[in-house]
Amino acid sequence: MNTNPGILGRKVGMTQIFDGDTIVPVTIVEAGPCVVLQVKRASGKDGYEAIQLGFLEQKAHRINKPETGHFKKAETTPKKHVQELRVADASKYTVGQVLTAGEVFQAGARLDVTGVSKGKGFQGVMKKHNFKGFISSHGTHEFFRHGGSIGTRLTPGHVAKGRKMPGQMGNAQVTAQNLRLAKVDAEANLLYIRGAIPGATNGYLTVRATLKKW
Amino acid sequence: MPSIAQIEQTFTPPKTHPKIGIGDTIRVHVRIVEGAKTRIQVYEGTVIARKHGGIRETITVRKISNGVGVERIFPLYAPVVEQIEVKSRHRIRRAKLYYLRALQGKKARLREIRETGPRTA
Repeated sequence: MNTNPGILGRKVGMTQIFDGDTIVPVTIVEAGPCVVLQVKRASGKDGYEAIQLGFLEQKAHRINKPETGHFKKAETTPKKHVQELRVADASKYTVGQVLTAGEVFQAGARLDVTGVSKGKGFQGVMKKHNFKGFISSHGTHEFFRHGGSIGTRLTPGHVAKGRKMPGQMGNAQVTAQNLRLAKVDAEANLLYIRGAIPGATNGYLTVRATLKKW
Repeated sequence: MPSIAQIEQTFTPPKTHPKIGIGDTIRVHVRIVEGAKTRIQVYEGTVIARKHGGIRETITVRKISNGVGVERIFPLYAPVVEQIEVKSRHRIRRAKLYYLRALQGKKARLREIRETGPRTA
């Protein structure tokens, strides 16, 4: 498991930066500062190592009483986005500690970024699963974007599990793995991550050190 | 939270270029690396489009090379673009001169704007 817990962030958008003579496409992520709200230990009653982080200010009247108490324990203001991150050893963290982008990651690091992808609604198989559809001439009618046969007859008598069919596309949790961290702006708490990242602008993200061995 | 536009404004353009208009004939000095050697190549042509803005701004420069139309797109603030000179300016009536692609020879000419300087009686 990662020794680096990662950090919570929010997507700002995409732009370009110059790296030497080349232009690098980057997604800017506002990451941190995050407050440690709770530390879970394997030796404690939780039975596993994790830290709970809070990100972005929330108005006090928008949280309920149990939540108010939870934030009070960490001696911090209410937070909008609260999420737990697993970590190999949580003993290094204390409740109320503040994590910033500059402390957690250095430029050049490889990251996994998790977000909720843009919702596309109910989509057909051509858009959702890249099916080819049918030829539009030679007598085809009312069948241009269909998926074709979904199985056989009495044997086995049912449709195979996992059969790709039309349905909801997007609005699901997606992780982009092994992205390169091009630049860190520690003062403004901004991460410049090479390439595209799941989700819409302002979407919440979890930025972690990558699980891939590279 | 800062927006992308605000963040891009903090990127200082590494260099300043003269005012480049659509239809201008310009000379773009491009740094080229050939093995161990680095040299400057000059690309001369007509600006037929400007796109994007700020640090991402690009220009499309068209020229006729050995009878073949060639277009190159330069990011204005790319480090390889060393210098841009404006050789002459032309009277144009639209923002994108894509119609030049269909024309050649005398038809593909633009009317030049002469720098008259201050008028004297």
